[in-house]
Amino acid sequence: MSTATDHSATAEHSSEHTEEHHGASDKQYIVIALILAALTAIEVSTYYVDFGPLFMPTLFVLMTVKFVVVVSYFMHLKFDNKLFSYLFYSGLILALTVYIGALSTFKFFLQKG
Amino acid sequence: MADTAIAHDHDSDHGAHVTSTGLSNTKLGMWMFLGSECLLFGGLISTYMLYKGRVNSGPQPDQIFDIPFTSVSSFVLLMSSLTMVLAVSAAQRKDDRNTNLWLTITALLGATFVGGQVYEFTAFYREGLGFTTSLFGSSFYTLTGFHGVHVSVGIIMLMALVGMISRNRVPGNKAESVEMVGLYWHFVDIVWIVIFTLVYLIPS
Amino acid sequence: MAIIERPSSEVAIAGGSTIGVKPSEALGVFKRPVASTSWRDWIVTVDHKKLGIMYGVAAFFFFIVGGLEAVLIRMQLIAPNGKVLNADQYNQMFTMHATTMVFLFVMPMAAAFANYFVPLQIGARDVAFPRINAFGFWCFLFGGIFLNTAWFLGGAADGGWFMYAPNSSTLFSPSHGIDFWSMGLQITGIASLTGAINLIVTSLNMRAPGMKMMRMPIFTWMVLVVQFLLLFAIPVITVALFLLTFQRSFDATFFDVASGADPLLWQHLFWIFGHPEVYILILPSFGIVSEILPVFSKKPLFGYPIVALSGAAIGFVGWGVWAHHMFASGLGPVSVTVFSMATMAIAVPTGVKIVNWVMTMWGGKLQFTVPMLFAIALVVQFTIGGLSGVTHAVAPSDTQQTDTYYIVAHFHYVLFGGAIFGLFAGFYYWWPKMFRKQLSESLGRWNFWLMVVGMNMTFGPMHMLGLQGQPRRMSVWTEARAGEGFFNLGFWNRISSIGSLVLSLGVLLFIINVAYTHKSKKVAIAPLDPWDGRTLEWMTDSPPKEHNFDTIPTVNNLDEFFHRKYAQDGTTHEITQVATAEEVLAEMNSHPDEHIHMPSRSYWPILLALALPIIGYGLIYNRIILAVGVAMVVATMFGWAMEPSTAADDDFDPPAPGDGGGHTKELAPLG
Repeated sequence: MSTATDHSATAEHSSEHTEEHHGASDKQYIVIALILAALTAIEVSTYYVDFGPLFMPTLFVLMTVKFVVVVSYFMHLKFDNKLFSYLFYSGLILALTVYIGALSTFKFFLQKG
Repeated sequence: MADTAIAHDHDSDHGAHVTSTGLSNTKLGMWMFLGSECLLFGGLISTYMLYKGRVNSGPQPDQIFDIPFTSVSSFVLLMSSLTMVLAVSAAQRKDDRNTNLWLTITALLGATFVGGQVYEFTAFYREGLGFTTSLFGSSFYTLTGFHGVHVSVGIIMLMALVGMISRNRVPGNKAESVEMVGLYWHFVDIVWIVIFTLVYLIPS
Repeated sequence: MAIIERPSSEVAIAGGSTIGVKPSEALGVFKRPVASTSWRDWIVTVDHKKLGIMYGVAAFFFFIVGGLEAVLIRMQLIAPNGKVLNADQYNQMFTMHATTMVFLFVMPMAAAFANYFVPLQIGARDVAFPRINAFGFWCFLFGGIFLNTAWFLGGAADGGWFMYAPNSSTLFSPSHGIDFWSMGLQITGIASLTGAINLIVTSLNMRAPGMKMMRMPIFTWMVLVVQFLLLFAIPVITVALFLLTFQRSFDATFFDVASGADPLLWQHLFWIFGHPEVYILILPSFGIVSEILPVFSKKPLFGYPIVALSGAAIGFVGWGVWAHHMFASGLGPVSVTVFSMATMAIAVPTGVKIVNWVMTMWGGKLQFTVPMLFAIALVVQFTIGGLSGVTHAVAPSDTQQTDTYYIVAHFHYVLFGGAIFGLFAGFYYWWPKMFRKQLSESLGRWNFWLMVVGMNMTFGPMHMLGLQGQPRRMSVWTEARAGEGFFNLGFWNRISSIGSLVLSLGVLLFIINVAYTHKSKKVAIAPLDPWDGRTLEWMTDSPPKEHNFDTIPTVNNLDEFFHRKYAQDGTTHEITQVATAEEVLAEMNSHPDEHIHMPSRSYWPILLALALPIIGYGLIYNRIILAVGVAMVVATMFGWAMEPSTAADDDFDPPAPGDGGGHTKELAPLG
């Protein structure tokens, strides 16, 4: 039964990863949370300090980084089976595509320049 | 990990107990649900983005937002993700006491966030932004309201989980139940990360 | 073999560290229902086959309702200055006809087949989340009933099935019809979403040993694609419906042009959902036909991987074409070009499928049974509808055709000639599997020919009407403006209306056929494998036992059942039968699995689903009813969460240590 071997191989593979993030993780979580807090502080500082032309890019980069960090580490997506990533990110990318497409037909991005 | 693999080999004699991918049904279902939620919030966010500048009456977004206040409540929600992940970690160690402790703190942080949102809505309403005042008002309250409802549902799930763990009445795998509620909770948090930037920090 | 289907009440607290709840005490309100043969068993069942049958019966009921609405529309238009309906009733009639057919017939009927046959085709004992499956069915049923109660409560929805803003606002539609519509669809949307998650997990996770993805039958493949479309499309319509509800019930301004709103927002949200929806309707039928054509051509499906992947490609490209429904709305040349090209592109994978079907039949020993006739009719009629669809992809031509009967002709060819013919092919093909008796072939032929003739008579003339400029949704036509000679609108309207009666007669013959087959003593029990089937669902009893297979088969081939019955001779390369279906089944059942553990029945799905229309009525009429509904949702969800999906039992195999979901029937307390 070749598939049975496949299955156990997959299971072994994923549980290896599970092992990896089970152990010394609590401290790492706190470090990650501190990084997230620092990023949020930079975000909020855009309200007080003028970032000039870097204003929008900074915010978008920070937002994306925070999003990906929470998804990858707190939600374990980085360590989990790839199938979970495919399912979640296909929803996310689809959402981005169709809604950006829809907003484009309203000339939304042209107005903003 | 080795014994997992052995268990799988052993179990595949009667297939119903092993999944074809080796992944948990519930977790697979949960991730799909979250993928689906992306399109829900995507639609609400797009509606807001399209309409935020359309104010025929009442205040403009940048006249009304209280960035320092919202920053604090955003920070509270972000930290609740940390406590949630610590709860999951404790549950995986089968440490019920700490699981319950962190779950309760997470629920409290979530409740603080929702409380902040209630305060914010009340303040905005006093300043003249009703649900029907303008397109900005309708779409702002709908988007943040939907998020608030998601947080509230999460709080109810957390509390229920605490109750069920302390009475040892969780059906199925306890650590996985905590992990599932955790996935939902983190998702609600990342939605807020997006909302905080797109709605609050980028003025119209 | 120990089959555990219900909690044994004498078991005290059972289970190890993970299962600690005695099921009957889960919430202390209801005793957990146990197996019985009475009607009550249908209320509490979580068996995918029973739910499939219930989906089918309910959907067929709505098919009749929607069909009667259609006949009323055609009777109104049979003569000039029609008096059958007034303009207001006419608006409600075409809105509800479309809504019923799309959301309450084709989708749930596809769900019926998917529920019944996906687990059987992949060799599973049930779906991944049996209680959620039951919940989905009840949501669909209660949502559909809720939607239709509007008829008796001041009038049904009247804005057309795509309910364009601002026409859907209270100003233009003051009755509660649209409120019922939006909340009813919200409830049936929950059914679709939960069903989607359930069936995707089932087909990814519950396959029999050796059933690789590329060995799954095409029907299961198409259902999988459809469930992904539902998974991602339903939330979009959910947003749109919420915006509409908030506008109508709480005076939000989303589509209020006076406040600066853009009504096109609704169109975008609706069609981002609506176009994948089109493929949600047609792909299950494509799957059914892809099962039937090989069986009755005595050949394997031509290009199996291409058929599977072109289905996936249709699903994928289907996300990028929504704005072709909006060419006439002034999107601007760039948008129109982009969406026009994407729309033409989607014809390619569809054409690939048609080529594959034709090549499957090519050189085969064709058997023209009724399911085969319906399948061939799908290929022909869908191709006609597909060709008129290509004319819509061409934006200038579409601008001419928008909102005329030409559009109506097009989508009825693809939906009636496509989706519904596929479903009828499925009825005839799988009937002996589900009900042990084969539907009469001779009545079936009458059924088939009346439907083909009726359908072409009804919808064929609509091409003509549309090109002559008869607007869609026009409640009367007058002789004075009907035109002359061959292009006289009255003539073609009359043909079309008569055609609708022929079509109804065809459907009536199907009902007669069902009644005859089951009442008449002359109809014998069907053989185990009446069509010489190829896939796993035929490799078990008819109808299958509750646990589907005594032994979960190990799959070594695509078309596993065929390969167990037939073998190729090594030297002559001739394919000869080596075993009958009965022998294959007997061989399999000679060593049945031990410890078959089936999910237990539950009250919670129906109770939770029942709460949703109560919330709907509450939103429309009374805040106290609303509070009752919400309280009921919370209470039933807690009850559900506290109840293990499979009753605890000493015979239960403990989950593998360290493995998250050791037992596949587990459910986290999330609903």
